[in-house]
Amino acid sequence: MCDVAASLPAPASTSLDVANLSVHFGGVVALDDVTLRVDQGEIVGIIGPNGAGKTTLFNAVCRLVSPSSGRITYGGRSLFDHRASDLAGLGVVRTLQGLGLWSRLTVLENVATTARPRAPFVNDLLALPSAERTRLQARDDAMRILADLGIADRASAYPSSLPHGVQKRVVIARALMMQPSLLLLDEPASGLSAGEVTELTTLLRGLRERMGIALVEHHLDMVMDVSDRVVVLSLGRVIAAGTPAQIRANPDVATAYLGEQVAHA
Amino acid sequence: MRNPLLRHATVCVALAVVLVLLTYVFDAFTDYKIAGVAIFFIAAAGLTVLTGVNGQLSLGHGALMAIGAYTTSLLLKEQPQLPMILPLLAAIVSTGVAGAVIGVAAARLRGPYLAGATLALAVGLPQVAVHYGSVFGGNQGLPVPVPTPPSALGGDFPNERWLAWIAIAAALITLFLLANLVSGATGARLRAVADDEAAASLAGINVARIQVLAFVVSAACAGLAGSLFAYWVGLTAPSGFGLSVSLQLLSAIVIGGLGSLSGAVLGSFLVVMAPFTISDLAGNLNLSSDVANNLPLALYGVVLIVTMLAFPRGIQGALFSLWRLAKRNLRRPQAPTVSTTA
Repeated sequence: MCDVAASLPAPASTSLDVANLSVHFGGVVALDDVTLRVDQGEIVGIIGPNGAGKTTLFNAVCRLVSPSSGRITYGGRSLFDHRASDLAGLGVVRTLQGLGLWSRLTVLENVATTARPRAPFVNDLLALPSAERTRLQARDDAMRILADLGIADRASAYPSSLPHGVQKRVVIARALMMQPSLLLLDEPASGLSAGEVTELTTLLRGLRERMGIALVEHHLDMVMDVSDRVVVLSLGRVIAAGTPAQIRANPDVATAYLGEQVAHA
Repeated sequence: MRNPLLRHATVCVALAVVLVLLTYVFDAFTDYKIAGVAIFFIAAAGLTVLTGVNGQLSLGHGALMAIGAYTTSLLLKEQPQLPMILPLLAAIVSTGVAGAVIGVAAARLRGPYLAGATLALAVGLPQVAVHYGSVFGGNQGLPVPVPTPPSALGGDFPNERWLAWIAIAAALITLFLLANLVSGATGARLRAVADDEAAASLAGINVARIQVLAFVVSAACAGLAGSLFAYWVGLTAPSGFGLSVSLQLLSAIVIGGLGSLSGAVLGSFLVVMAPFTISDLAGNLNLSSDVANNLPLALYGVVLIVTMLAFPRGIQGALFSLWRLAKRNLRRPQAPTVSTTA
């Protein structure tokens, strides 16, 4: 069914709408009545102290946790009707904080394995020419993305042998291979050098024309630099939303998260 | 040879030629042992896909082999004249269906829970044959006629060589198909699911479906092996499919090199041949019967332990390291300037 969804053209005004979303873990309220929207062509930064519910929000969108109430739609379709594995087919692609690279696959295979469409299992079993063609096509596409990200020379390496910064690029390459129309990035800048963060910022600006991007990130300078809008979560609630300038000027945000010196900056 | 179809076909045809020639060189009993290795390999190769590649531990493959063997025996009980291909195919289908059912349950279980569930299968299933003795023949089991070679091969063609040919053919077809599967896009998805399920799911891979698929493929192999095993022994009885079979299969794929089909070949050879060789050795040493009877089992254990201590990545892993070392040493004299400037 996800393949059917993938073949449908994405509506022109594809946006992610999260409305009144609450997630409870037993008695703990992880998200409380959260509403936010991510449109095509914009980068929305989602910030907040540890435990604010940022990753839980992504998990709820990606169907990895079940909300207790609320609504999540993408392009008008409720995501609650889909499984986690259907989302890539809908154009919703998410990276993981822990990278989630497949250790027994090479960099190239990590990227190429997410390709669509896929040859049916029997074609693989019999090594039919069509399966081989699909596989080679996927490798070519993956190679092109790796080249775009400047890591084509690492294609045959295994992820664990690579520096952290390169691994994070592989994660992004894998996400781009799925041709997202909405990209959810979970802490893409963590552990990167200053130079690498600058490169990431440039990359995200380039991607913005083709997709909507939601960015969960602790690197505040980068978020403020690259985001069109910023949503601040604290203890599971949205405490502020607006342009980076508005967020910097918001005294509630300063108190909850940014610290007095930023508020006065 | 970059095309996997050509590469795998060439290897399998070459192996077929060599093995068939070997069956002429060896005596009938050795041919019989070769058939045993081939049959064991079919099940081990299936387990490699499930456990080695897809990361689902099964302690119950002996029971799946039993399903294949009983399918064959029950069919032959009703229709003794069936051409051999039909009971083999029926065993593949019935065990594949059983694998799908078990796979759906297994896709919800992880690690020790999956091991426990498949262990229960290994222990419990043979007891069904005992309980419903009127159908399954109880502890005595069901006899299976020895496959006889077609008359075109000549009147003095040994049954053992014919069985070896059939087992070799089945093993090589299995090897060909599984090598295609594992080296193709499906193989990558099987590994991805084993490595990180959440990432696989977010990449659009239906984790449960891939896990069930691995179980069905693996079970179908076990069914084929079980069916051939019934012909090999000439009998299908619960004692032939105890927990030890499941554990031997697991030892074979670990000793050979987990996750590699060539490892499964090496592991199967060791696990099937070692007991025969050690028994011969013990027989030649003029030991007291107490020692001679128990020595094979003890030595077998020692061989397994030493192999794992010496080659933690299995025999295949050790051979691979050796090959790389040899390649490096061969290259070095040709490029002395590289080593001095580096």
